Amino acid sequence: MADRATLEEAVRLQGERVRGLKQQKAGAELIEEEVAKLLKLKAQLGPDEGKQKFVLKTPKGTRDYNPRQMAVREKVFDVIISCFKRHGAEVIDTPVFELKETLTGKYGEDSKLIYDLKDQGGELLALRYDLTVPFARYLAMNKLTNIKRYHIAKVYRRDNPAMTRGRYREFYQCDFDIAGQFDPMIPDAECLKIICEILSALQLGDFLIKVNDRRILDGMFNVCGVPDSKFRTICSSVDKLDKMSWENVKNEMVEEKGLASEVADHIGAYVKQHGGVSLVEQLLQDPKLSQNKQALEGLGDLKLLFEYLTLFGIAEKASEEKVRTTETQVLVAAAQKKLLEERLKLVAELWDRGIKAELLYKKNPKLLTQLQYCEETGIPLVAIIGEQELKDGVIKLRCVASREEVDVRKENLVEEIRKRTSQYPATIC
Amino acid sequence: MADRATLEEAVRLQGERVRGLKQQKAGAELIEEEVAKLLKLKAQLGPDEGKQKFVLKTPKGTRDYNPRQMAVREKVFDVIISCFKRHGAEVIDTPVFELKETLTGKYGEDSKLIYDLKDQGGELLALRYDLTVPFARYLAMNKLTNIKRYHIAKVYRRDNPAMTRGRYREFYQCDFDIAGQFDPMIPDAECLKIICEILSALQLGDFLIKVNDRRILDGMFNVCGVPDSKFRTICSSVDKLDKMSWENVKNEMVEEKGLASEVADHIGAYVKQHGGVSLVEQLLQDPKLSQNKQALEGLGDLKLLFEYLTLFGIAEKISFDLSLARGLDYYTGVIYEAVLLQSPTQQGEEALGVGSVAAGGRYDGLVGMFDPKGRKVPCVGLSIGVERIFSIVEQRMEASEEKVRTTETQVLVAAAQKKLLEERLKLVAELWDRGIKAELLYKKNPKLLTQLQYCEETGIPLVAIIGEQELKDGVIKLRCVASREEVDVRKENLVEEIRKRTSQYCIC
Repeated sequence: MADRATLEEAVRLQGERVRGLKQQKAGAELIEEEVAKLLKLKAQLGPDEGKQKFVLKTPKGTRDYNPRQMAVREKVFDVIISCFKRHGAEVIDTPVFELKETLTGKYGEDSKLIYDLKDQGGELLALRYDLTVPFARYLAMNKLTNIKRYHIAKVYRRDNPAMTRGRYREFYQCDFDIAGQFDPMIPDAECLKIICEILSALQLGDFLIKVNDRRILDGMFNVCGVPDSKFRTICSSVDKLDKMSWENVKNEMVEEKGLASEVADHIGAYVKQHGGVSLVEQLLQDPKLSQNKQALEGLGDLKLLFEYLTLFGIAEKASEEKVRTTETQVLVAAAQKKLLEERLKLVAELWDRGIKAELLYKKNPKLLTQLQYCEETGIPLVAIIGEQELKDGVIKLRCVASREEVDVRKENLVEEIRKRTSQYPATIC
Repeated sequence: MADRATLEEAVRLQGERVRGLKQQKAGAELIEEEVAKLLKLKAQLGPDEGKQKFVLKTPKGTRDYNPRQMAVREKVFDVIISCFKRHGAEVIDTPVFELKETLTGKYGEDSKLIYDLKDQGGELLALRYDLTVPFARYLAMNKLTNIKRYHIAKVYRRDNPAMTRGRYREFYQCDFDIAGQFDPMIPDAECLKIICEILSALQLGDFLIKVNDRRILDGMFNVCGVPDSKFRTICSSVDKLDKMSWENVKNEMVEEKGLASEVADHIGAYVKQHGGVSLVEQLLQDPKLSQNKQALEGLGDLKLLFEYLTLFGIAEKISFDLSLARGLDYYTGVIYEAVLLQSPTQQGEEALGVGSVAAGGRYDGLVGMFDPKGRKVPCVGLSIGVERIFSIVEQRMEASEEKVRTTETQVLVAAAQKKLLEERLKLVAELWDRGIKAELLYKKNPKLLTQLQYCEETGIPLVAIIGEQELKDGVIKLRCVASREEVDVRKENLVEEIRKRTSQYCIC
């Protein structure tokens, strides 16, 4: 009995040692050694026959969903699923585990985070790490050449959970994928459109979608002088720029990964850039990049993508965007001079009907100035009063983003504004 | 090299032989032999270092759900969830695996069917075997004394899958449970009422719910002379009576489990009996059983249950069946199992196996096992075996040749001429922004015919056709795929028209 108590204590201490090493991110070999020691000690303890222990917890990194949390989850999934369905996606489901061979060799360094099932004499299995590899297995297995599908399910990663930041070992993924050979960039544009629709519908506030291209990255590394063999590892350093400063990233590339300092500086000049389609145009003129075939391909496709994104009405979300600080729906403007009285009357009517509206504090502002004000502050609509329109009883309602104008009868103006600025649509007009 | 080629050919042929035997459902031993031969041949080929094997299967006993099957599944879940909600249940979810300790000691002989996770140096984990033990753990963890909850999720059992009869290693369970101390048998009766509502709403044909009670079973074993230590294992043999003949079950009890033959015969006399509340009355008069305190309690509760079931209008669907045993360790009172009554085989339909489609019972001691102070929370619940129901509904849909849509797209945005991609992209985005379910082909200049065919294949009812002339006129041609009728619609009215035509009541 004393032996057992000593053994149990040894197991506890060794368990703590292992946890400590993992937290400090000690070398993989050392951790394996200590884990093996722990398993040996546990084996000596023998099986726990019939011992009733009071276990009142979910496994590390996992959690229950109580009814309130389920209500939130259902709401969020409803929004996401209805968007996927609106885009014509079918839905599939796959098993929670796959044959280990299916997952092997697909996740690079992350493979160590896969949950294996115990070898109980049958096939070797592992819990799915994402929904993409199962999707590829599904496509190949069913010999499908094209499909548009969504899949919402939990995936499993033996990560270091940081549960306050919403990071778990068991967590949901909502995937949407288009498989098939199509004309370039149309499906790609639709994916970005879907992200915009979902994030808008969930009312999470303003958002930005960053876009890049693997070919542009590789072309850039090439013209900067990165050796081919270092592409992936330098890529993974650059990826950290959203969490680390350039100085730290450069340090990692030069000190830890052996990149020439000059090469790092060249990379630095490029990676600091971001913008809209104008940046694409600019880089197409870049003396070095434009010599690189890969980069040219990537830039060409991005240019096409931006065209489609503009037609979809979301181009401004795919570049740097000002965060709106007001909720103004419409600016009351005038096309000619001496229309202050009409502007004042109209804006008051709109306020009285609950519409969020503004006007410039100028008696005779230029139309261009008024339009620019809208672009700077993110006001989506302009109600333009003009002399002829006054006679006709209409107001020109203009969509700032698309620049389209439509004549609206004065009595329908509020309705039109409400329709175009309701929460539901991802974009206005 | 020639050696390797010959070997590879031998592996291929042997592989086919094995597959052939499995398809013909040859004897298990023969299959095992040939599989062993196959493995030996493969071993001779040597390990496949670096060779990319294309593993194109799901694990044994599991399957993907393709879009058609998902449509069936969604239909079935809608019926079940709406019933649970109608009865006032909340919903919860739990992780797919639990600490191994949580599951240990809860499933009796079935414990060997639990999927363990590999010991990777952290906690020992196992995939959940059902939704009931996680529920008990959830109650104890949150110190809840009463709740009415449902939970729909997959569970995992390393069983011998018989996939054509809807038996898998990974499968859905739909559980509904009422936890709390209440007046006897009312929640139990509601559970049976729910089973009836669901099975009726799913239109699966006639069904029967067998009911028994753990205390009656134990009392019966006692008066027949079964040694206490053999109760659970004899119980598990009796449970097989729905699949095996009495002769075989008796044989297992006597030859494998060492029960006296006479005792087995006594059991046999009881377990052949089933009936309505009159059987309950009869057993209450049984000279031996009525001397047994446990059996009396069980019979008394069953009598009360039948009264409530009559008030609920479902008594004729219920059969008190002494052979119903249910394998799980944690039941303490009433137990029940619903079976579909075999209908004559219709054209194209497979004869259904005798499997249960729903089951459950009362388990008053389970939560107490998780509570450090042993505080008990009485529970009663049910589980719907949806996998069997999916198979039935799928077969039914195939037989009826009903067209099942796998998307909900209302309209395809198409073009009659070339160079109209820009207009298509703009229009489809406008429709999405107004909440219309729309698609377009991912081609710059698709032929009109191709676009129409896509609609026919996928069941999209409407096409919005953009044309050069129409653009000038400010209209769009809205075409009904089924009737081929077209009508010009002004652009500003398009959304309204689409909504009208795709509402419940009419297409075109």
